[in-house]
Amino acid sequence: MNTHVMDKPVGRTRLDDRTQDIIGKPLDRYEGALKVTGTAPYSHEHLQGEDVAYGFLVLSSIGKGKVTSIDTSAAMEIEGVLSVVEGDNIPRASAEPMSDGHKMANGGVFHYGQPIAFVVAKTFEIARQAAHLVKAAYEEEEGRFKLSDEKGRARISDGGVMESDTKRGDFEKAFEKAEVQYDETFTTPSQSASAMEPHATVAKWDGDQLTIWSSGQLVSSNTTQIATGVGIEESQIHFICPYIGGGFGSKLGIGPEAVLAALAAKKVGKPVKVALTRQQVYQATSRRSEAIQRIRIGCTKEGRITAIAHENWLANSEGNDFFEPAGVSTVFLYAGEDRLVTHRVAQTDVLMTSAVRAPGEAVGLLALENAMDELAEKLGLDPIEFRKINEPDKNPQDDTPFSSRKLLECYEEGAKRFGWTDRPEKPGARREGDWLIGYGMAAGSRKNMIVPSSADVELTADGRLTIRSSMTDIGTGTYTILSQIAAEVLGLPIDRVDVELGDSRLPSGSGSGGSFGANSAGSSVYVACEDLIAQLAKRLDVDPESLTLKDGFAIAGNRQVPIGEIAGGQTLLASGSIKPGETAENTHQASYGAHFCEVGVNAVTGEARVRRLLTVAAAGRIFNEKTAKSQCYGGQIWGIGGALMEDLVVDARSGMIVNHNLAEYHVPVNADIQNLEVVLLDEHDPYGSPLAGKGIGELALAGVGAAVTNAIYNACGARVRDYPMTLDKIIAGMTV
Amino acid sequence: MRPFDYQRPAGADEAGRLAAEPAARFIAGGTNLLDLMKLEVETPERLVDINGLGLRDIEETDEGGLRIGALVTNGDLSADHRVRHDYPVLARALLAGASGQLRNKATTGGNLLQRTRCGYFYEPTAPCNKREPGSGCGAIGGYNRIHAILGASEHCIATHPSDMAVAMRALDAIVETVKSDGSTRELTLAELYRLPGDTPEKETDLEAGELITAVRLPAPIGGTQIYRKVRDRASYAFALVSIAAAVRLADGKIETARLAFGGLAHMPWRDEAVENLLVGEAPSDALFGKAADTLLSDAKGQGDNDFKIPLVRRTLVAVLREATGSTQQ
Ligand SMILES: Cc1cc2nc3c(=O)[nH]c(=O)nc-3n(C[C@H](O)[C@H](O)[C@H](O)COP(=O)(O)OP(=O)(O)OC[C@H]3O[C@@H](n4cnc5c(N)ncnc54)[C@H](O)[C@@H]3O)c2cc1C
Ligand code: SF4
Repeated sequence: MNTHVMDKPVGRTRLDDRTQDIIGKPLDRYEGALKVTGTAPYSHEHLQGEDVAYGFLVLSSIGKGKVTSIDTSAAMEIEGVLSVVEGDNIPRASAEPMSDGHKMANGGVFHYGQPIAFVVAKTFEIARQAAHLVKAAYEEEEGRFKLSDEKGRARISDGGVMESDTKRGDFEKAFEKAEVQYDETFTTPSQSASAMEPHATVAKWDGDQLTIWSSGQLVSSNTTQIATGVGIEESQIHFICPYIGGGFGSKLGIGPEAVLAALAAKKVGKPVKVALTRQQVYQATSRRSEAIQRIRIGCTKEGRITAIAHENWLANSEGNDFFEPAGVSTVFLYAGEDRLVTHRVAQTDVLMTSAVRAPGEAVGLLALENAMDELAEKLGLDPIEFRKINEPDKNPQDDTPFSSRKLLECYEEGAKRFGWTDRPEKPGARREGDWLIGYGMAAGSRKNMIVPSSADVELTADGRLTIRSSMTDIGTGTYTILSQIAAEVLGLPIDRVDVELGDSRLPSGSGSGGSFGANSAGSSVYVACEDLIAQLAKRLDVDPESLTLKDGFAIAGNRQVPIGEIAGGQTLLASGSIKPGETAENTHQASYGAHFCEVGVNAVTGEARVRRLLTVAAAGRIFNEKTAKSQCYGGQIWGIGGALMEDLVVDARSGMIVNHNLAEYHVPVNADIQNLEVVLLDEHDPYGSPLAGKGIGELALAGVGAAVTNAIYNACGARVRDYPMTLDKIIAGMTV
Repeated sequence: MRPFDYQRPAGADEAGRLAAEPAARFIAGGTNLLDLMKLEVETPERLVDINGLGLRDIEETDEGGLRIGALVTNGDLSADHRVRHDYPVLARALLAGASGQLRNKATTGGNLLQRTRCGYFYEPTAPCNKREPGSGCGAIGGYNRIHAILGASEHCIATHPSDMAVAMRALDAIVETVKSDGSTRELTLAELYRLPGDTPEKETDLEAGELITAVRLPAPIGGTQIYRKVRDRASYAFALVSIAAAVRLADGKIETARLAFGGLAHMPWRDEAVENLLVGEAPSDALFGKAADTLLSDAKGQGDNDFKIPLVRRTLVAVLREATGSTQQ
């Protein structure tokens, strides 16, 4: 195994030489034709036509307490019902990301809609009907369903993806002394990832070997979680998920149904299939925490920030210590000597909170970037000017150098393309009939990281390459970019590269999450290809550097050999691994972008419609312009949804999630999306990975919502600090 | 979903007989009923599929109006050139509803009888007097953004979600039915729908097995017709507030004003006092304001939906301005 530890910046590589000229090209998706023809099998579609049973979850109808008894007799009387799985070992919700296993209910009820039993029957319809007949008796306790009520009891947690507190200097003192002060509190609602494919599993036993087809973003830890829940060794599990219909964080930890399907399959002696209903996805998997965010910024009259604080209160259910890292960007986005970012978690008896696309930035920047806009106005500065004044030249938290940071270029390019100078001077200044027009902008950043990842490559005598890794493609384009990386490095026509992913028997890949997938898994493929080149060079008895690889040929001096023939008919194998190293410590790595938005606000009804949205981003090397931009369009749409409509409503009396379907949990529809534009600046980050890339999938969401709401302010004078910015709040806040 | 008996009658009489038991339901497009059955909000023992009954024609009546068969889809109705030309408020209301796919399946009869979108009604474990009489109303004191501000009761504050029905109410549409004993009758929309009172489970005046066969539109009334739907996203969302208006001016005065409102009550709302107040007057913002006062004199918010009161006022004034071509501010 060839392992690359990211201790040093990379120099020039074959990706820079671009001999094959395929890296970065906007290629169509590798598996696109399968998907649009409905022939890419998703988890639930395996074992079609075989003798299988179907499972259906039974959920609790109270928010907090204990299950005292479960009466399954009526359910068992229905013809075709095979079994009801109950007892202590019922997952409360999805597993926490990267955890060893689910939190189990052990007879307790930790949230409304918690799994309490699992009905297995001959058909899906029978299982669903019988599930309605399972009657539980409860001992109900008083629940805590509202973050604002529990805020005073919030505590420090060490379960997040960042330190709960970061401090520099003495914020309070500096803030008090500041010439200009800003102090406002924002609230952001709970959200659901609402991936198109629901959580779904098929479980099949052969003796003591378990095959699981399930929708999981992280094959390695998902396999561990199932092993723990079922009580077997990981080596007994073959986990398969070649296609995933979106995850957005909600499938980082495996869903509650996977363990139940496996237990049930054992019990009934045949494979069990289960797909959560849409309502169950909302109730029983995971969600984004609601947040209370206080932003304080102190600055000079000229606009130089001297003190900045972002204090956050988040919710999670008992025993789960993840917190939405809402302050993550505030740590490094703007200058200022005295700094404070804190996170406190309050326990609520509501579905576990976990990572949802751009955890932290997605909601944190809604607060910070509104604050920057408000403060710029207060100072009489253009919002871009204010940000430029506070552009740090190194990480303001600990003085580490930025590995790369093109935020200023993003502002410049964005302002120019968008026509920022035409921005209406003040609220109400531009009107088209009933529509008030406004412009807004916001900065975005997303912390970059790579995680350990491995891949194999196999070169056969016919000159074809196969890449293998347990990496997942959750709809982001992983298959495609991995093939592009290999094709570029090995000088292969793209149609000679095959990719196999999403299988626990393959070398352990990073999985998809935290925008680390492309960079981590891609790096392991790169390292494996480098190893393969070394093998080829050795056989040709040349120095690897002197070997040119192009169009399937190896060219060394005046020799030109088809690459597959170098091993004389043999198949060549190479492995590669990537690990984060010192560059993650001695540089500060993040992707950056700037968002520009034009909205129309209806002066009568307060309806806000995004007319134009431009994102200019720099995220290291772009491996495929099309898949990268598609990620960004998706991020922009999420940003619009977060600003204007997404709101998972919990009944404060019972803890019940009220709008648990796609008709009432609003995400943007086509008519909400008009003109989206994404511009990716040329950037290479030699500290980020051997590919000189950085994460992009979440960047394009970070800050978008604030550009939208800042534009709403510019249009009509409504500044809403309680998201989402629905029309009732806009009407109430309108000043024109 | 519980197992059910499924019948495909060939004629309206047979359909009525088959559906005469309380536990039977007609099924048309199924876009609402099937969702509710999956959740066991509806648990019919028999489904009487009426798709074989014809009832798909839009015919001109002797009075110069239109008779719309109960199975005409929302998509077809919105595309009919007579509807577009003579009843534009109806075409617009239809197109403001649901999505293209749903409109291709949803029928005229089914749309009238679709059930509320109240979240507590849709969650079988929650209290809801409409779903389970006597269990309480989850929405009162709960999440009630989409709920009623007019005509609600202490037992139920649900709204009727249809857009189509709002336009039909403004157009004085007549619903034609046949009862299970074969007799026929006609109802206005005011007669068809009921306010929740203490029996929110009973939403219409229809008897068990009573089949809607058609909706009749009187001769076109002309005037300026507007359907204004205010909602939380640009499409594919139910109305927070909607207004169907047909207004005609003569000699600078309002000659007729037909106004129906969606999103406000358990049924598409119409208030004669509001219309009477407008008729015979010259359009002005002061007049429109008075109309709003009258409409909203008994309005009551429930917390999350308090905003509807100012929203209706603003929207009504804007619709009347547009309908009368008056531009005063
Ligand atoms: C996601 C979503 C969004 C939607 N958005 C909107 C919207 O914005 N605006 C809007 O107006 N609507 C909206 N709808 C609702 C849609 O318009 C209704 O579901 C549809 O009109 C119902 O018609 P159907 O034929 O499918 O009725 P069905 O589901 O077949 O029946 C509904 C009810 O009517 C009864 N019924 C049907 N036909 C007859 C008849 N001829 N005589 C007696 N009883 C009958 C049935 O027994 C049943 O009780 C939406 C629906 C969904 C799912
Ligand atoms: S408003 Fe009506 S439908 Fe909604 S919970 Fe109350 S009783 Fe049920």
